[in-house]
Amino acid sequence: METFLNIPYSTWWYLVIGAVFTGYAILDGFDLGAGALHLFFKKEESRRIALNAIGPVWDGNEVWLVIGGGALFAGFPIVYATIFSAFYELFMLFLVLLILRAISIEFRSKEKMIWWRKTWDITYSLASAMLALALGLVLGNIIHGVAIGPNYKYEGHLADFFNPFSILISVTTLALFMMHGAIYLVMKTEDRLYAKLTVLTKNSTIFFVMMYALTTIATLLYIPHMAEQYKAYPEMFAIPVISMLALANITRSITKRKYLLAFISSAVVIAMLMVMVAIGLFPNIVISTIDPIYNLTVENSSSSSKSLGIMLIFVLIGVPLVAAYTSFVFYTFRGKVKLDEQSY
Amino acid sequence: MDVEILSRIQFAFTVAFHYIYPPLSIGLGVVMVLMEGMYLRTKDPIYEKMTRFWIKIFALIFGIGVATGIVMEFEFGTNWAAYSRYVGDIFGSALAAEGIFAFALESGFLGILLFGWNRVGPKTHFFATLMVALGSMFSAVWIVVANSWQQTPAGFKIEGEGMHARAVVTDFWQMVFNPSSVDRLTHVLIGAFLAGAFLVLSVNAYYILRNRHVVIAKKAFKIALLVAGISSFAQLLSGHHSADGVAVNQPAKLAAFEGHYDSLAVADLYLFGWVNNSSQKVYGLKIPHGLTFLIHQDFNTPVTGLNAFKSEDRPGAVNFVFQTYHIMVIIGMLLILLSTIAGYYLYKKSLFEQQWLLQIFAWSVFLPQIANQLGWYSAEVGRQPWVVYGLLRTSDALSESVRAEQVWFSLILFTLVYLLLLTLFIYLLNKKIKHGYDEPINQKESIPNYSKRDNPLLDS
Ligand code: HDD
Ligand code: HEM
Ligand code: HEM
Repeated sequence: METFLNIPYSTWWYLVIGAVFTGYAILDGFDLGAGALHLFFKKEESRRIALNAIGPVWDGNEVWLVIGGGALFAGFPIVYATIFSAFYELFMLFLVLLILRAISIEFRSKEKMIWWRKTWDITYSLASAMLALALGLVLGNIIHGVAIGPNYKYEGHLADFFNPFSILISVTTLALFMMHGAIYLVMKTEDRLYAKLTVLTKNSTIFFVMMYALTTIATLLYIPHMAEQYKAYPEMFAIPVISMLALANITRSITKRKYLLAFISSAVVIAMLMVMVAIGLFPNIVISTIDPIYNLTVENSSSSSKSLGIMLIFVLIGVPLVAAYTSFVFYTFRGKVKLDEQSY
Repeated sequence: MDVEILSRIQFAFTVAFHYIYPPLSIGLGVVMVLMEGMYLRTKDPIYEKMTRFWIKIFALIFGIGVATGIVMEFEFGTNWAAYSRYVGDIFGSALAAEGIFAFALESGFLGILLFGWNRVGPKTHFFATLMVALGSMFSAVWIVVANSWQQTPAGFKIEGEGMHARAVVTDFWQMVFNPSSVDRLTHVLIGAFLAGAFLVLSVNAYYILRNRHVVIAKKAFKIALLVAGISSFAQLLSGHHSADGVAVNQPAKLAAFEGHYDSLAVADLYLFGWVNNSSQKVYGLKIPHGLTFLIHQDFNTPVTGLNAFKSEDRPGAVNFVFQTYHIMVIIGMLLILLSTIAGYYLYKKSLFEQQWLLQIFAWSVFLPQIANQLGWYSAEVGRQPWVVYGLLRTSDALSESVRAEQVWFSLILFTLVYLLLLTLFIYLLNKKIKHGYDEPINQKESIPNYSKRDNPLLDS
């Protein structure tokens, strides 16, 4: 097995994919959150401002999902194939929702009729909220384990995905993204909308804190494998601690009106939650609820070392480039949203 | 219907629908770079108007291209799980590279392209246009490399057996530059340039005929005609080169292109015709020994025919492949003819008086679009029954756990959503075209007023 800095390529690739999906959750997370909050804004102008706050960046954010999908296919084809075919209906719905969100943003302002705009506003908001729920549901099932049998065959039913634990994670994800999206919008808005958003931020933060507490308890009670790594390596408790501190810092920064700091803190919360999941699963990626011999692990489901090595080079070249122009785009559109003739 | 046929229908439907948009995005990208380049050089506001208009059209097309493309990316895993495990080592890396190097580039700079006019200087804006155009071409690179590897696998070895057999990279560059990649990539890109150029030609021909935006429309027409003229000739060369490659690497496919069955015989080249699969005869207009000549540069050497392959190893839908391939070639010839005639009248300085020609151009947008679709049909159906040529059969590539009801569900879902998308697309495109180029941008008009005036709803 080939290694880099004493860590096998396959483990590096597990980290890379984790990082990409974390990037996706942080970036598209605020788009989805903003979308889920959209119907709370009542005035046409507010809705336009909220849309234009994500206007120039949401498409670029969504690309992280595409990169993540490609990276999973490349690094762990067996996981990609098994999970996507097992979660068939969920993924199909997910794809349709992604399409609906995209076209609602794009088409909404192309006509002036009130019914037209209302329809797209509703589609946009529902699609965003349901996307957050769907992502959470998938994550919940990954944490919980999936009925994978011999020859990678999924032996469960559609209904199995809607187990109580996964539903809990699903709602928690929605709460997390709503909080994250609200903070993002606060940063980008002024005046009345801003005032409204500060209230929404507070409420969604409270909502998330409650869900977070419930999730933690449920995980400790029902998902013992998530805690094993922490028993083996107690220093890893630093991670949940950091996430708590970041969460506390959100409320503090909001009161002090330091919204960029609040946004960074909520990004840190998302990142730490993803790290906790990644640590909890490792070295498994998909845990079989039928028999552990069917677990898909970092070792038994990865591509060849040769292929992983080549792609690590891609990552080393590509990621700094992506980071550079992503920052450039965010920098170009920094500051509060102003509507102009190119706006939605 | 069983899972196999349903999954095939679904894949064909979703990818064919997706492929309406990428060629337009790629082709328009090139035309926009030329237009904005002209603006930077001449500072003539006419070119700015032109660029802004086409960027708006581009945004519409691009948006649907992205939305339908994401479906493709995940469909390999949902419907072709066995295939995905088999080729993940190779195919996956191409898709990952596509994400990192291409999609991130185009989607990142798209924001600046659309919303950046007042935020960045003209040079930076031009740079963004260039990056979006390049990004969309890069994405063609990786997806076509991956698809070409399926057609002509190279640089790999097979590891494991049965369920666990998979192709593993042994030589990355051999895999990337497999025997058909370069030819096919060239062909796909030029096909895309044609699609974009003819869209611009069509719309502007329509304006000239209607006597609207005449000055600007003539300038735009000439820019697009340049792209179309060069590309249409290049496409013939590139297509011929591809066919030479197919003769060597996928002889069964080439035989299907021409409906050629008997390996001991010299082969004719049909201009058009009809294949009868049971009598193994083609009825149509032919150049005797033409195919033999194109492949061997003489008139006597026999060409491998379909009968050289066991019937389970060669494509069944011979007439379909024959027709799609021939219509593509005929369209290629038509495009050359059209751009040559237009070039001739342009040289005579009477192009824009030729009403009849402009009429044809106004409808010409469909030609490259159809050729692009048919080209893929012939390449993909001609590859059957293999999903990876000679290695993995389409029937062995399916997802083990997916049942027919599930595919029915997704197929119906996608059909409905795509019908909605297509309707909205046509409606909005039509509306934008009817609206036409904007009046020159008036610097004194202040922006807040603009958004109010733009939006009667604001005060309600
Ligand atoms: C010749 C070029 C070409 C071909 C053959 C394909 N595509 Fe495509 N694709 C593009 C050229 C393109 C593009 C020009 O780059 C698009 C279209 C419009 C756009 O926004 O990007 C795109 C968008 C696009 C996206 C969305 C990217 C984003 O979020 O920006 C994905 C995931 C795919 N495609 C994936 C695929 C797959 C899996 C294909 C094969 C089955 C495929 N495409 C065929
Ligand atoms: C690059 C990745 C691609 C893969 C993995 C792939 C694979 C497949 C598979 C599995 C099928 C179903 C088998 C069949 O129906 O014959 C298929 C069919 C088809 N593909 Fe591709 N393909 C790819 C790219 C494309 C692209 C970019 C196009 C562009 C339009 C395309 C056009 C088609 C068409 C039209 C069919 C229908 C053929 C039929 O129904 O028999 N393919 N392809
Ligand atoms: C002018 C005469 C043309 C010839 C001789 C020709 C030849 C070919 C050949 C041999 C293939 C199959 C390649 C393979 O399977 O590996 C092909 C595919 C294709 N053609 Fe053409 N072509 C011509 C015109 C066009 C035009 C005008 C367009 C579009 C505007 C076009 C678009 C395509 C596409 C999209 C494919 C599928 C991708 C590929 O396999 O390369 N072709 N063509």
